[in-house]
Amino acid sequence: MEKALKKYFVIFTVPTLIAFAFAFIIPFIQGLYLSFCEFTTVGNAKWVGFENYKLAFTEGQGFTRALGFTAAFTVISVITINIFAFAIALMLTRKIKGTNLFRTVFFMPNLIGGIVLGYTWQQMINAILYQFETTIVSDAKYGFWGLIILMNWQMVGYMMIIYIAGLQNIPTDLIEAAKIDGATSWQTLIKVKIPMVMSSITICMFLTLSNSFKLFDQNKALTNGAPRNKTQMLALNIYDTFYGKTGYEGVGQAKAVIFFIIVAVIALAQLSFTRSKEVEQ
Amino acid sequence: MIQSKKTKTTNALIFIILCLVGVFVLYPLFFILNNSFKGKLFISKDPFSLPTAETFAGLTNYVNGLIKTGLLSAIGWSFFITIFSVILLILFTSMTAYYLTRVKEKWTQALYYMFVFSMIVPFQMVMFTMSSLADKFHLKNPVGMCILYLGFGAGLSVFMFAGFIKSVPIDIEEAAMIDGCNPLQNFFKVVFPILKPTAITVAILNAMWIWNDFLLPYLVIGISTKYKTIPVVVQMLVGSNGNKDMGALMAMLVLSIIPIVIFYLTCQKYIIEGVVAGAVKG
Repeated sequence: MEKALKKYFVIFTVPTLIAFAFAFIIPFIQGLYLSFCEFTTVGNAKWVGFENYKLAFTEGQGFTRALGFTAAFTVISVITINIFAFAIALMLTRKIKGTNLFRTVFFMPNLIGGIVLGYTWQQMINAILYQFETTIVSDAKYGFWGLIILMNWQMVGYMMIIYIAGLQNIPTDLIEAAKIDGATSWQTLIKVKIPMVMSSITICMFLTLSNSFKLFDQNKALTNGAPRNKTQMLALNIYDTFYGKTGYEGVGQAKAVIFFIIVAVIALAQLSFTRSKEVEQ
Repeated sequence: MIQSKKTKTTNALIFIILCLVGVFVLYPLFFILNNSFKGKLFISKDPFSLPTAETFAGLTNYVNGLIKTGLLSAIGWSFFITIFSVILLILFTSMTAYYLTRVKEKWTQALYYMFVFSMIVPFQMVMFTMSSLADKFHLKNPVGMCILYLGFGAGLSVFMFAGFIKSVPIDIEEAAMIDGCNPLQNFFKVVFPILKPTAITVAILNAMWIWNDFLLPYLVIGISTKYKTIPVVVQMLVGSNGNKDMGALMAMLVLSIIPIVIFYLTCQKYIIEGVVAGAVKG
């Protein structure tokens, strides 16, 4: 059977492989190489060693500031999104009237693209701030909290769905047993429900973590880094380095490699975390 | 009895909280819909009230916006690119995943891990080199976009298909082979029908991503061709002119959201299931 299939190698794998090579393998290898070069197009690269990596932190285009902003944004958005999503999931697993309608409505923002909802919220927030004669780009605080609100608006419904699935998987006798033993609903929550949905919590934490950390579209649409790049996140900083100023392509590529390494570390942490959980069970 | 009375008040309280959350979720959408019907000069002055006889602008914003941006053609191209990319992805990555799972050799293993690896690489890492490669090989058109989406979406899709194929018993396939099926017939008549639930999940995840994707079409197709997609047009409308026509912007935002809302309301069950399955496996 394996032998017969092998003869069909070309039909089964080659179309995907060609596209994969064009979209990923070649650009990835070129990208790694170019991060050590000075260039303006892929054709005129000149080897400069680790120069770009040094420049990434020193050339004054705010890479470290963007890293700080991204880290602060990620921490706050992960915490708020997961608390709200879990609280709403608890409320929606009590068999109240209209549960399905609420679920449908709450999940909807997740389908709208980052650019479209970024501008929608920009208009909304500016309309509110206009009453106080200011705009979202006048103070980095507004941009930061605007982004947090936007991210909550978009992602709470998504995480809520995962938490609901987790909560519904808890055997009902477990909760009834706790009740018979005289546990208050707070105790049931802390001692039974939360430990039982630990795997959902892990999934949601890492999903919100990587989505917040890699955020680009929403950041570009809502403030585009204004004022003076104070609300610029890492992905946008890399984009601006590439396309904002000629001669800095190599630095942009070096920043992209650093960005990739951080994201890969997060992903590996998730993998080892999930694996260790699986062993325990 | 006391217990149930207490539960009743808590439930009523929760119902009110949920309604407030619902208002928070829906209000931004109502906000753009409401303002899209006002004259452009009235929007910044009085953004929260309903249109009055004085401020009501009918469909002027929609007409102006459509003429200025060419959003209708962008909706068309977004549909084209999304649908054909998803078809290519489902067809080819399921075949590749099948081959990589059933033929167990060192290089198929290595390739599989390469696909998995590509899932964690952020787009910024390859955006410059990929768009210059696309330029060199004349992929700066809708068909080229579909090929790039096949390549960039292959990681998640192969991963999800392979995960499912591993659980398909090999006996049925062997029976089909003995009955004289060649591997291609075997795949499409026996294996693919079993893959249908995974195929729906993969299709939904990719469709949502491609429909909303901004940076790839912005960099590859660019802003000066006629093949712009919806996010690119929306970005241009805001980014290009300093003197913004807010009425047109509101109207175009509304038109961009309508197709997604219709899609969501018609396939809600599959979308929610698909997204959860994708989250748990990815």
